[in-house]
Amino acid sequence: MRKLLVVLGGLVLLHVALLFARPKGADASPATKRVRVGIVFDLGGRGDKSFNDGAYEGGERAIRELGADVTFIEPGEGSDREPGLRLLAAEGMDLVMGVGFIFTDDLNKLATEYPKTHFAGIDYAISTDSTGKVIPPPPNIAALKFREEEGSFLVGALAALAGGSKKLGFVGGMDSPLIRKFEAGYTAGVKHVCPDCEVIAQYAGVTPIAFRNPSRGKELALSQYQQGVKVIFHASGSTGLGVFEAARSMNALAIGVDADQFREAPGHVLTSMVKGIDAAVYDAIKRAQNGTFAGGIIGFGLAENGVGYVYDANNKAQIPDAVRAKVEALKAEIIAGKIKVPSTT
Amino acid sequence: MSGRAMRWDETLLPPLMALAIAAVVGDLLILAFGASPGHVFGLLFEGTWGNAYGFGQTLYKTTTLVCTGLAVAIPLRAGLFNIGAESQIAAGGFAAALAGLALPAGVPWPIAAVLCLLAAAIGGGLVAAVPGALRAKFGASEVIVTIMLNFIVLAFLNWVVAAKLHVPESLHTPEIATGGVPRFADFISIFHGSAANVTLFVALALAAKMWWYLFRTKQGYELRAVGLQPEAAENGGVSLGRTWFQAMLIGGAIAGAGGINYVLGYKHYYEEGFATGSGYIGIAVALVGRNHPVGIVFAALLFATLSQGGLAVNAVVPKQLMDVLQAVVILAVAVCVPEVRRVLRAAGGRAA
Amino acid sequence: MSDATAPAIALSGIAKAFGPVQAIRNASLTVARGEIHALMGENGAGKSTLMRVLAGMFRPDGGTAHVEGADVTGWDTADAIAAGVGMVHQHFMLVPTLTVAENVMLGREMTRGVALDRAGAEAAVRALCEKTGLVVDPARKVADLSVGEAQRVEILKVLFRGARILILDEPTAVLSPPEVQELWRVLRTLRANGGTVVLITHKLDEVIDISDTITVMRAGETVGRMATAGTTPADIARAMVGRDVALAQRVDTGVTVAPRATPRLEVRDLCVAGAERAQAVDHLTFSVQAGEIFGIAGVEGNGQTELIEALAGLRRADAGSILLDGQPITACTVSERIDRGLAHVPEDRHLRGLVLDYAIADNLILGRQHQYAGTWNLDFARVGANAAKQVAAYDIRPADAQLPARALSGGNQQKIVIARELGGAQFPAVILAAQPTRGVDVGAIEFIHARLRAARDAGSAVVLVSADLTEVIALSTRVAVMYGGKIVTIVPGDAATPLELGPWMTGAMRAGAA
Repeated sequence: MRKLLVVLGGLVLLHVALLFARPKGADASPATKRVRVGIVFDLGGRGDKSFNDGAYEGGERAIRELGADVTFIEPGEGSDREPGLRLLAAEGMDLVMGVGFIFTDDLNKLATEYPKTHFAGIDYAISTDSTGKVIPPPPNIAALKFREEEGSFLVGALAALAGGSKKLGFVGGMDSPLIRKFEAGYTAGVKHVCPDCEVIAQYAGVTPIAFRNPSRGKELALSQYQQGVKVIFHASGSTGLGVFEAARSMNALAIGVDADQFREAPGHVLTSMVKGIDAAVYDAIKRAQNGTFAGGIIGFGLAENGVGYVYDANNKAQIPDAVRAKVEALKAEIIAGKIKVPSTT
Repeated sequence: MSGRAMRWDETLLPPLMALAIAAVVGDLLILAFGASPGHVFGLLFEGTWGNAYGFGQTLYKTTTLVCTGLAVAIPLRAGLFNIGAESQIAAGGFAAALAGLALPAGVPWPIAAVLCLLAAAIGGGLVAAVPGALRAKFGASEVIVTIMLNFIVLAFLNWVVAAKLHVPESLHTPEIATGGVPRFADFISIFHGSAANVTLFVALALAAKMWWYLFRTKQGYELRAVGLQPEAAENGGVSLGRTWFQAMLIGGAIAGAGGINYVLGYKHYYEEGFATGSGYIGIAVALVGRNHPVGIVFAALLFATLSQGGLAVNAVVPKQLMDVLQAVVILAVAVCVPEVRRVLRAAGGRAA
Repeated sequence: MSDATAPAIALSGIAKAFGPVQAIRNASLTVARGEIHALMGENGAGKSTLMRVLAGMFRPDGGTAHVEGADVTGWDTADAIAAGVGMVHQHFMLVPTLTVAENVMLGREMTRGVALDRAGAEAAVRALCEKTGLVVDPARKVADLSVGEAQRVEILKVLFRGARILILDEPTAVLSPPEVQELWRVLRTLRANGGTVVLITHKLDEVIDISDTITVMRAGETVGRMATAGTTPADIARAMVGRDVALAQRVDTGVTVAPRATPRLEVRDLCVAGAERAQAVDHLTFSVQAGEIFGIAGVEGNGQTELIEALAGLRRADAGSILLDGQPITACTVSERIDRGLAHVPEDRHLRGLVLDYAIADNLILGRQHQYAGTWNLDFARVGANAAKQVAAYDIRPADAQLPARALSGGNQQKIVIARELGGAQFPAVILAAQPTRGVDVGAIEFIHARLRAARDAGSAVVLVSADLTEVIALSTRVAVMYGGKIVTIVPGDAATPLELGPWMTGAMRAGAA
């Protein structure tokens, strides 16, 4: 008994002593007058090599180039999203961002509670009233919306022109309006350059797990390749890793999404439909810093360089100049408003 | 009833020892991440018990964990390992949301809340009834059945919500018209913004009720006998199958009731993954709480503090550190409790 | 190192505690070379613990141990085996799927190159069998052996490793009388070859039969050492218990119970499936009258367990019927049977009789809990009053009803079961008593026997199953022998003798052949 109390006392003393330990470089005091930004990721978001990592990159770039003070938070469970945002807002951050449409409700709530704080939501979901009219977000929220359909249109056209088959593939993650936007643009792009081409579109599931299911992705991709498809465009998070694996094993092509995914399967990635999340995040931080931040819907399409496709040394060989020229022409037409890209299937 | 009154040192020393060990291991881990333990623990305290908001959030999480902890502990007292609290709480929350959506807005909230609570208990109970019945009738392992059901039920609920019920561009159902219960912030303004709500009292009442059930009733007497020595209980005229079924049903219903914490008390809708992980942490809560309702309340408070604290220190150390720290607490308790008890008993025996 | 004149074993002042429990204190034992030495004592007296210290399984807290003159205090099992000390445990440690030879060789396999030398092993084992008189076919699978044969394999295993000092822990618990005689023959052969045997037992008649010297233990201490010649069972019992005890023998209480029109228990054409056999109980028919103890003798595993469990409602009857006071109870649950006056003292109190972690008070209501409760709440005042009454009436010690049953000695644990089953306001209609005194000390045996007789005299019908033939003969009005799931003979209790029942128990005598 006494021995146990001694051990207990010893442990407590050790703990108290360790509380004063300060490793070198820890807790450097923050410099004053820097823009303070908080970013909350989606559940298990970091490391997805596309969406959340893009936001992280944007934040890191703001730290490097603008000297911004950026705090990142990864919530542990669904009910931690709002507390995460609230924690940052309560600390008096200049800008608080939520990465993903799932933050929409939480951002709305906090924006009314903290009217002086700027908020930004990537893929913030715009709601409509019963007559279909858009309900504008609170004035201190910037809804960073990407027109994925425009980028998808271009990679669809590119796939039809350079793919060498009349059958084109699409693998979506969770069947949802957001991913349907990718499919709609992609299909429109294919049909625009090749009216008798066929698009086989499949989804990995109807729940968010469909974004994290590479084996399902591989299964879908293999079946599409076996039906004669030569190129598959995926919009499915890490499920797409399975699509790339299938492309490797079938010696076929795939198109990446969100970021340049060339590295996932060198030689088998025709291009990637890139979403400039890092740029959008960086841009929002920059505006917050120089006082030009404004709420409302901020669209990122081809015109704003918010979406696009990859054409660089890695895939030059796979894209003939004629094709490249045609795609660039389409891009110009979309920016000019001559082509209206549909956002629903 | 449960033997003589426990000695204070046998009750208190083991968990204190475990906490001390966990704290020191936590210090070393934080140092390994290149941060200062004093700073991190300071933030952790500040973010949980240090202000009303953080404390409210801790209480909110405690509410959920008391329910899932009891949901594991009651079947465990009967000798069954309920791994299914994860899907039972989801089903409970879903059932509560359905009930709330079905009720017209004119129903007064207390009546609606009670109806939603009943729906939640039925929802969770139904999910748990399956492994209970399979175990009672066919001797199927409840461990395997509850794990399988976690996959099936969660996938099913997600599908229903995603395909039939969700608000566009979200993962949740529409808001319920009535049945929302008051938050603490409604009475005490310093809790402003925190999700803590009167569901906490429901959870505490359930814990008290379960203490009474386990240790004061004939049914509890039989349930514990089945868990300790099924053969002897059978010889004492207790039906093993019926007791197993009842224990799972009660556990599932309590887990399900835990779903209203989010659905009635916080967001007023069902959202996919609203209680992800709480069913599994419930296992740890039951273990650390020694399957005793009072212990479970304290264990739930501890794990809620770690979880909320994890968010508060997230900016300094990765959130995985808190996951590791939780695991260290579980291990320390598992090691300390029998070991410290043994030492204490030996010391007591020598003195006697 | 070893001294040719020193005794085989000399233990002095050995102490060993397990946590707060002082299992043995100041235990001393001297065993001469070439003798059969009986270590006697009630259950929990510390016999097994002391011998495990000798075999190197436990390290003593105090005292010294010498084997053949060498100080071996605190050695381990490997040392003990190397020095020629081998122990045969109560529970066999054999691999059922291997042959006798393979089991004997396990751990010290004979090889030819890398291959196991099966023929060589069998020959070596066969040679050992002949030398010691332990007859068993080395090529047979252990799973196919009888209990007595399996025990011989255990002994062979120990001898094969070169044991000169053999320790046997309660070896006769599982044997039929002829098998016991066979074991005695083997032990005498060993002694003739210069071997030393320590026999742990609590059966008085066995000790008189076989041993040369006796050491008695009580409450963790050695309290007496005597030469067997010139000692009587009563002397040994007195040393074991510390007072005079009435040994198991027929007692005429002079009470006659008026016969009833219907037997209290009637079993008709009962068939019960067992774990190993489809017909563990094979079309059994018998009845027990009021005021009668119906003893069932037999080697364990001949359907007694299944019969009792079927009567108690714990095992389903495949065919036949059971009537209690003329009313069929075949379809009743355990609880309903208890309510109708069926009491059950189960054969394994640690498994079925008690919830070991429950307090004595809680165990005293097990099976009757609904009598102490309304819809929900247990009435703890009445539970406590019942406990106080029973603890006093049955002399359960320690007399603290809030102690867990686990903390009590075997005898006191069994008293809880007996108090619960027999201690109600009136004696039950039918009492199923399975091995009621197994592992129970002499004092408690006397008490339990008295309670069973009292129940009989009050008009209960008692079904008594016991592996202890002396007990069956001492208590029973009629003695039935079960073999292969059938009752092969029934004899009046006052005419039954072990010699007469033995052949029926081993199946040597069958109803048709008699």
